[in-house]
Amino acid sequence: MEPLTSAVVVAATEAGGSGSPLLTELAILILAAFVGFQVISKVPNTLHTPLMSGTNAIHGIVLLGGLVAIAHANGFLNRFILVIAIAFGTINVVGGFLVTDRMLSMFKRKPEPAPEPEEKS
Amino acid sequence: MTATVFFQEPNFINAAYIVAFSLFITGLAKLTSPTTAVQGNKIAAFGMLIAVVATLLNPALDGADFLLIAVGLAIGTAVGVPAARNVKMTAMPQMVALFNGVGGGAVALIAWAEFRQSHGDLAAELDVGIPLVFAAIIGSISFWGSNIAFGKLQGLISGSPVKIPGGLFVNIALLATAIGAGVAIMLGSTSEGLFVLLLVASAVLGNLAVLPIGGADMPVVISTLNAFTGLSAAAAGIALNNTALIVAGMIVGASGTILTDQMAKAMNRSIGSVLLGGFGGTAPAIEGGGSKIGGTVRSTSAADVAILMAYARQVVVVPGYGMAVAQAQHAVREMAKALERRNIEVKYAIHPVAGRMPGHMNVLLAEADVPYDQLKEMDDINPEFGRTDVAIVIGANDVTNPDARLKPDSPIYGMPILNVDESKQVIVLKRSMASGFAGIENPLFYDPKTQMLFGDAKASVSEITSELGQL
Repeated sequence: MEPLTSAVVVAATEAGGSGSPLLTELAILILAAFVGFQVISKVPNTLHTPLMSGTNAIHGIVLLGGLVAIAHANGFLNRFILVIAIAFGTINVVGGFLVTDRMLSMFKRKPEPAPEPEEKS
Repeated sequence: MTATVFFQEPNFINAAYIVAFSLFITGLAKLTSPTTAVQGNKIAAFGMLIAVVATLLNPALDGADFLLIAVGLAIGTAVGVPAARNVKMTAMPQMVALFNGVGGGAVALIAWAEFRQSHGDLAAELDVGIPLVFAAIIGSISFWGSNIAFGKLQGLISGSPVKIPGGLFVNIALLATAIGAGVAIMLGSTSEGLFVLLLVASAVLGNLAVLPIGGADMPVVISTLNAFTGLSAAAAGIALNNTALIVAGMIVGASGTILTDQMAKAMNRSIGSVLLGGFGGTAPAIEGGGSKIGGTVRSTSAADVAILMAYARQVVVVPGYGMAVAQAQHAVREMAKALERRNIEVKYAIHPVAGRMPGHMNVLLAEADVPYDQLKEMDDINPEFGRTDVAIVIGANDVTNPDARLKPDSPIYGMPILNVDESKQVIVLKRSMASGFAGIENPLFYDPKTQMLFGDAKASVSEITSELGQL
């Protein structure tokens, strides 16, 4: 695992230097994959659903793809498709984060363990 | 130089993206622990806000029709916010499926628009074309697969496995068609019909791949499709030269895969067997003709249950989807309070996949202010059943099915279950004798120690509570 990681880092550095955008992007892709694998190690079962919902909201980042694409889109149909894509992406982001927040708000901090009735007396 | 120009510096935008990535990663890391999860979600959402604003300031967007962008954002907000606000806690899983689906749909649509924009000439730029075709296929599968998952959990289509004749071969043929169309485009075909064929073949594949999978496995399916959408977003990022999409999409693709694996393990399933629709699809004993299990079912009354529990030392509540449907969690909490007033120990046995999603029961019980420390995970509570006087099963079924331990030919054999049948008395609250989501009989109901209390879970529990008050 470690040599692999360092290989990736080397690849990223070299690709950045060589100025080939595709290689740089692939290096970024692979590094992001490692981050994704590492960031989730052991998740308590309780948090499986909220975590899935949270990652779900993050891939709503496709919204940005819609924004970038519509900038150079010509023609009615292309723009129409992309407006729908932007709307879909927005639903994914906004709905995703809100619904995750609602799920998590259910995990209220445990109320202080019933205070020992009257310690003083 | 004005401030707008500064904000339009490509370096500023890339810097903003880097900040956003850090926030995503921090947010995700915090989402893995109960104490920091709420904060983690907010951090990730803030990262998303930064990424969106930075993109809107991007000079590449100069000349874009901001009215159209505003329309898209407005529609999305107008649909997404109320949907997320108003969805019932019981319907959360299918909501996640739906949100995941539109994400995949967005990717597929973007890929289609980009294809049209290039006039189909993707062969000239394979570093754009290949990721675009990949994004289109996966995005389309994810969109339709998620819709089917939504339909199954929402009860719009049958939750039990739908067998497709020649299933696997049809799916392989569909995938081959989609990939073939993609290859033809790479080789220089500029026909839009081919691209549409690719989208449609993937769409049908998304439908047919999820239909044969039983409802009990839906969490794993949704999680898989979630990872898929992440991957397709990353591919779209390569096609569009957008680092934000690459990083965020790939992080979700990777973490979603890990999460899927953990979920599947919690159910003692492998991702492969889930996706091949093995569950229920191979179940031998579900054919019509009613029960194949001998023995009788005894029903009881709330008053009897109250008496039984009043003289118990330890009562274990085993909640399941039925509790969620009946919204009985508050009633359950009241019953537990009544028991605790009698110095009876109350614990909750939480099966990792009770309900429709891992963590489903925890969410509901937390809503009803059940103290954390009374919620016991499966491994902690299983040794306790032997010294439990009354186990009260509220709308749970498959997760208590002893066949998973005892009957090697059962489709759920090997799935870790709550050993409810080891307690001295078992009360099962249930609406009817219908089988659970996996569509299999549960011999627990025929166990001589078991008594059934038929009816709406919430009404039954409230009745038990009031009977307890009168004792």
